[in-house]
Amino acid sequence: MRAGGVWQRLTEGVPARALAALAVLAALLLAAPVLSQLLPAGDYWLSILILMVYFAYIGQAWNIMMGFAGQLSLGHALYLGLGGYIAAALYANLGVGPWLGVFAAVCIAMLAGGLIGYLGFRFSVAGVYFALLTIAFAEFTRILFDHFKWVGASGGLFLKVEPEGSPFNLQGSPVLFYYVILVLAALAFVFCRWLLTGRLGYYWLAIREDPEAAQAAGINVFRYKMLAVLISSGLTALGGVWSAFYYKNLFPESAFSMGRSIEVTLAPIIGGLGTLVGPILGSALLVGLGDLFTTMAERLAEYGIKAGGLKQIGYGVALLLIVMFRREGVWPWLAHWLGFDRHRENQP
Amino acid sequence: MSGAHLAVRNIGKSFRGLRAVNDVAFDVPAGAIHALIGPNGAGKTTCFNMIAGVYPPDGGTILLDEHSIAGLRPDQICAAGVGRTFQIVRPFMGLTVEENVTIGALAHCRHVPEARALARELLEELGLGDRRTARAASLTLPDRKRLEVARALATRPRLLLLDEVMAGLRPTETDQMVAFLKELNARTGVTILLIEHVMRAVMALSQHIVVLHHGEKIAEGRPEDVTRDPAVLDVYLGQEVH
Ligand SMILES: Nc1ncnc2c1ncn2[C@@H]1O[C@H](COP(=O)(O)OP(=O)(O)OP(=O)(O)O)[C@@H](O)[C@H]1O
Ligand SMILES: [Mg+2]
Repeated sequence: MRAGGVWQRLTEGVPARALAALAVLAALLLAAPVLSQLLPAGDYWLSILILMVYFAYIGQAWNIMMGFAGQLSLGHALYLGLGGYIAAALYANLGVGPWLGVFAAVCIAMLAGGLIGYLGFRFSVAGVYFALLTIAFAEFTRILFDHFKWVGASGGLFLKVEPEGSPFNLQGSPVLFYYVILVLAALAFVFCRWLLTGRLGYYWLAIREDPEAAQAAGINVFRYKMLAVLISSGLTALGGVWSAFYYKNLFPESAFSMGRSIEVTLAPIIGGLGTLVGPILGSALLVGLGDLFTTMAERLAEYGIKAGGLKQIGYGVALLLIVMFRREGVWPWLAHWLGFDRHRENQP
Repeated sequence: MSGAHLAVRNIGKSFRGLRAVNDVAFDVPAGAIHALIGPNGAGKTTCFNMIAGVYPPDGGTILLDEHSIAGLRPDQICAAGVGRTFQIVRPFMGLTVEENVTIGALAHCRHVPEARALARELLEELGLGDRRTARAASLTLPDRKRLEVARALATRPRLLLLDEVMAGLRPTETDQMVAFLKELNARTGVTILLIEHVMRAVMALSQHIVVLHHGEKIAEGRPEDVTRDPAVLDVYLGQEVH
């Protein structure tokens, strides 16, 4: 396909105003490391932005399975953890650089995803039972890694801080990590749009809506569900590699935790399942709110009021409000309000 | 595109002891329009489900142009040239009308724009052109039935299985659907097997009727003969056949 054809496929049906808004957002994000230095505590704001982009990226990856193909995974920490551990262990133990290790990391995560998908879809383990299967695998792997000496077992795996380290070994300042995750998030956004506007995207939506009717319309449901898991787990593992090198420490207890799996799902749910902007918007809201609550708790602590759980309660309330009033997420509502969804008549 | 010959040979199906279909056999020659009728629970939909691959028959064979399709998956049977509608309609509710039909068309179109063009064409033909961008969930029941037909047709079937697509339609809408199917059959030669309770439509469309009762075939033949058959009249006693 020629470049013009690709561009047309990506932008068809998107109002010009939405494209313009996207371009402005992209420009702002590109300039953010410079802009943040104009603010007091600029490094702090950059670290917040890094989190936003990271959760937008892994949310996008998770959304392929749940939002597009309708397969609920509550075990995405498995792919994050596997990706991170494999690339980090290859680097720390064997000196294999992350740009090479990432291939091993992604392949193994996809193998794990493929195995879960095969078991789930071949034996018709659907809905919440499939979600349980994904949790079981993450938990099982956590226990395995707790005893896996090569990666430090329960004592954890650490990457040295290398002040002189090369960017080619994913060593450097937060600005480097910011641009790496930004590029990943941008590519994932475009890739998902490309998938969604093609045959595969239509097939996924059909499977999400009604697998039996999809099959009657000629869709090999097993094959396309498998593709969703493979793509989603591979992309998630990339995020895991990034996160391992950014934080420089890994513990089975947290890397494969249920909490981490849930964290992956929040941004797309709040932003809008199955939408492309949803994970981005949801992540901005969540990380933003989280930061707000943390700051508030700190202020309250200055007055001697203990409010340590404020962030968790805040997340809980935000989720509750979404579930009660904006079941489809914030983006579909915002997009409608902004007039970005003209091509689709949504009235009941 | 032309029609396929369907041959159903002594198929049966039990659900936990209940014999839903028992030793049923019939033929639908290429390009013909046949009807499958019978009272509620006679096993009509179960026959469709076996032909379409929802579940395999307990025994017997199903041939499409002399190739056995019994036991294949529904998507394989679709690819072999069988399109079907669901009695209880199941459009992709969250998607637009056009997206619904585009998905069907992707069974043979490589690219989305091509599939979408075909979808638009079919929607125009079925009178759903102006509902293109509406969500399927917002359609009325008659429109949903039309959408089912459009999606099934989009897969370019050589055999079309229609499960009560006229139920719930007003008489004028029924006549429109009958006219559409007649024209479609004449133009493309697609073989049609329809399950229908609306006898008006059955009499207007079909050249041959198979009657099921309690899972067994109790009669078959030309419409005017079948509706005079004592066994059929007995089953439909108190119900209107004409
Ligand atoms: N999946 C199933 N599981 C159990 N029983 C079933 C199943 N499908 C159909 N049956 C039973 O098989 C019998 C035949 O049902 P079927 O749906 O084929 O009838 P039908 O002729 O299509 O009736 P109707 O005119 O009401 O649509 C009924 O007694 C029904 O309850
Ligand atoms: Mg039925």
